[in-house]
Amino acid sequence: MDFTRRETMAIGGAALLVASLPRGAQAATVDELIAEFTGGADVADSGVELTAPEIAENGNTVPIEVSAESAEAIMVLAAGNPTPPVATFTFGPLAASHYASTRIRLAGTQDVIAVAKLSDGTFARTSKNVKVTIGGCGG
Amino acid sequence: MAEGVRPRVKVPRSASAGDAITIKTLISHPMESGQRKDSDGNTIPRSIINRFTCEFNGESVVDVKMEPAISTNPYFEFEATVPEAGEFKFTWYDDDGSVYEETKAIEVG
Repeated sequence: MDFTRRETMAIGGAALLVASLPRGAQAATVDELIAEFTGGADVADSGVELTAPEIAENGNTVPIEVSAESAEAIMVLAAGNPTPPVATFTFGPLAASHYASTRIRLAGTQDVIAVAKLSDGTFARTSKNVKVTIGGCGG
Repeated sequence: MAEGVRPRVKVPRSASAGDAITIKTLISHPMESGQRKDSDGNTIPRSIINRFTCEFNGESVVDVKMEPAISTNPYFEFEATVPEAGEFKFTWYDDDGSVYEETKAIEVG
């Protein structure tokens, strides 16, 4: 593969830019995080459920529930947070139902996304829009 | 180590073999996200619990990777199968290296 001088400069410049970014500015995007979780596999639109309130008055504690039949792992992302990852639940052999409930922080009105890795090796995702009255990032 | 960290776990005292039981856990912890600033405008450094696991007699029930977006005093609710009498072991791993543990025995009858 041959690069012209212009291409070489562009690649070098891009690499330098990436290397010089402070760590916080590299926060991976939602798509990248999902690709990392799934390994680039196709993601179906059904097979995982996410329960979250339509309107959350306080973004500091938003109760959510995720469940998926036969899920090995479920990743939860908040697309509008400064750092999108929220949690990844990995279910062991003694998990009775592949269900978990927790409380999360949301910086503002945004989509909460759940991606599940199912036991047959496929992936499923769902998302839910949550309206947040007071953001939960201490701003 | 974050101050005053106290785990609280709710597990039924007994169950029938093979039953699914609901477990609720709560641990008091500030879960400082690393996004907030103090009154002088300095960023307060991140200090969170980054992992939570639950095991029953050494076998995994659930293993949660936690990020700063988990609320203060992290709460988890999940379900576990109880194949025999034994002990649930709950472990929280703090950013600063502290490990908080709690165990609950359950009888089968």
